[in-house]
Amino acid sequence: MSAIKDGLIITKRQLLQLSRVPEVLIFSTIQPVMFVLLFRYVFGGAIDTPGTDYVQFLMPGIFVQTVAFTLATTSVGLAMDMTKGLIDRFRSLPIARSAVILGRTLGDATLNIVVLLVMAITGVVVGWRPSSGIVSILAGFLLLMLFGYAMSWIGILIGLSVRDARTANNLVFLIVFPMTFLSNAFAPTTAMPRVLQYFAEWNPVSTMVAACRELFGLENAFGVTAGSFPSENPVLMSLVYIAIIMAILVPVSVAKYKRTSSK
Amino acid sequence: MNNAIAASDLVKTYPKGKVKALDGLSLEVEEGTVLGVLGPNGAGKTTCVRVLATLLKPDSGSATVAGVDVIKNPDQVRKLIGLSGQYAAVDETLTGWDNLVMFGRLYHLSNSQAKARATELLEQFKLTESAKRAITTYSGGMRRRLDLAAALIVRPKVLFLDEPTTGLDPRGRLDMWDAIKDLVAGGATLLLTTQYLEEADQLADDIIVIDHGKVIANGTSDELKAQVGGEKLEVTVAPSSLLATKAALELITSHEAQVDEQFNRISIAVAGGSAALSDVVRALDGRSIEILDLALKRPSLDDVFLALTGHVAEIEEEAEVKPKGRRR
Ligand SMILES: Nc1ncnc2c1ncn2[C@@H]1O[C@H](COP(=O)(O)OP(=O)(O)OP(=O)(O)O)[C@@H](O)[C@H]1O
Ligand SMILES: [Mg+2]
Repeated sequence: MSAIKDGLIITKRQLLQLSRVPEVLIFSTIQPVMFVLLFRYVFGGAIDTPGTDYVQFLMPGIFVQTVAFTLATTSVGLAMDMTKGLIDRFRSLPIARSAVILGRTLGDATLNIVVLLVMAITGVVVGWRPSSGIVSILAGFLLLMLFGYAMSWIGILIGLSVRDARTANNLVFLIVFPMTFLSNAFAPTTAMPRVLQYFAEWNPVSTMVAACRELFGLENAFGVTAGSFPSENPVLMSLVYIAIIMAILVPVSVAKYKRTSSK
Repeated sequence: MNNAIAASDLVKTYPKGKVKALDGLSLEVEEGTVLGVLGPNGAGKTTCVRVLATLLKPDSGSATVAGVDVIKNPDQVRKLIGLSGQYAAVDETLTGWDNLVMFGRLYHLSNSQAKARATELLEQFKLTESAKRAITTYSGGMRRRLDLAAALIVRPKVLFLDEPTTGLDPRGRLDMWDAIKDLVAGGATLLLTTQYLEEADQLADDIIVIDHGKVIANGTSDELKAQVGGEKLEVTVAPSSLLATKAALELITSHEAQVDEQFNRISIAVAGGSAALSDVVRALDGRSIEILDLALKRPSLDDVFLALTGHVAEIEEEAEVKPKGRRR
């Protein structure tokens, strides 16, 4: 209980940072917005999405990619803290050991709310029209937040494991880019070689994208794995993935944090 | 009297590097006193502080702070101590005010208590004017002062200060000394590490000298200086006056003088510092010996080491370029 209370103070610190250095917030929203515009107008004409126009197909993909990059936000932020003496002060305070990382994940989740909001508005401006109704749409965003939160916990482990923030950043790009491109996020998987399709369609990013498409009122098309459990139940499957990630990563990260000294 | 800090036989080997950073270190600090931990780069000072401040578990040995076991009961210890590490540990992007309020909240002060305390501490450390500026705009000395302020939020009984003046200019160092003296006057127990004998001399009741993770000497600053041979006077004269000067100096101080013919310099141990200085000037003047240069040399850490170990403190290669972050 006190871990949450202390954690919220750490979260507040992060939000204060954002207000003191607003560039961070600006850049973390500009990038996804740029992605929306690039894909919408540069690739939009070239990628064939049967049954719907590309922007409807694209937006869930970009949403998922963006929250997947919470991995970077969290790991880089934590790695930066760890390389400074600040973490020593936190560790010498009479607070719960998990408070620092709990606070960071909550802070990054808050940042995600802002980013998703800005992206959604941009999407609507360029023609995105979710057609499912308000409850489903909100459920979609809730799922995105949950996924981002799970990613944040992977980010904690990475932030604690790497030598410095730059390594964290490079590592995250090595993970997230293949994960998002080997998925149904930007183009239907059906154009991929068969073997890749299996990977792509079981990929949590794909089930997340499929789940969001469904919740935003779009038919989702799977290729070779059509009829499989993930393709039939993307929302459930995404929740299962999130639950698995959290169940493993939360205890592992907390334990790792307790063991890691900052030097 | 009770010991506010006690450590016995601490051993710590870092997994990477295989250096024994602490090699059977023991120390005791009486309540309300100041212990200066003196040592060169890599001696184990920071490691010692980190163990006592519950940031690092030793491989073996035991330690108590205010009677509480550091290893078995770290949470309890954290409520009692303040720590100001070797590198200022504050959030750089936030303002001084933000930092102090945040730490106050983390010490479980109420919002208004935390703010009141922040105002008080900023005042005390002459930071009120820069309270609303980001730490990135602070000078090194201001950062150290803010860091110390953060360590004092709940008026801890036991304080650990790791090289509080390293990197400060003489002015900043004096300010920091004043702040530390105030704390001591307020009754805090303090463990302070430093590379400067002079600093330990100014601030500490007792001093331990450590090297390679071991205590190689301990005592009050006077006792240590006596071991080192205390202060030295260096007199430079014309080559023709060397012998006469030597005789005069030995007569006054009843010590043996060393003559450095290359630099026409004579050095001799003196007791009584500046008083001896004027005696020497008068005596040489009386003999019409012209003094070309005169210097009173206080023993440095190097002298202490030279006297204790027969070699000058080895400064580790990393000393100059040591990264601010973690070493792995
Ligand atoms: N995280 C670490 N991993 C491996 N070796 C370490 C680590 N931290 C310190 N050491 C080593 O342990 C020894 C003692 O280091 P420590 O930092 O305690 O020295 P110090 O007296 O504080 O030195 P300085 O004056 O440079 O701050 C050194 O040889 C150092 O290289
Ligand atoms: Mg040190």
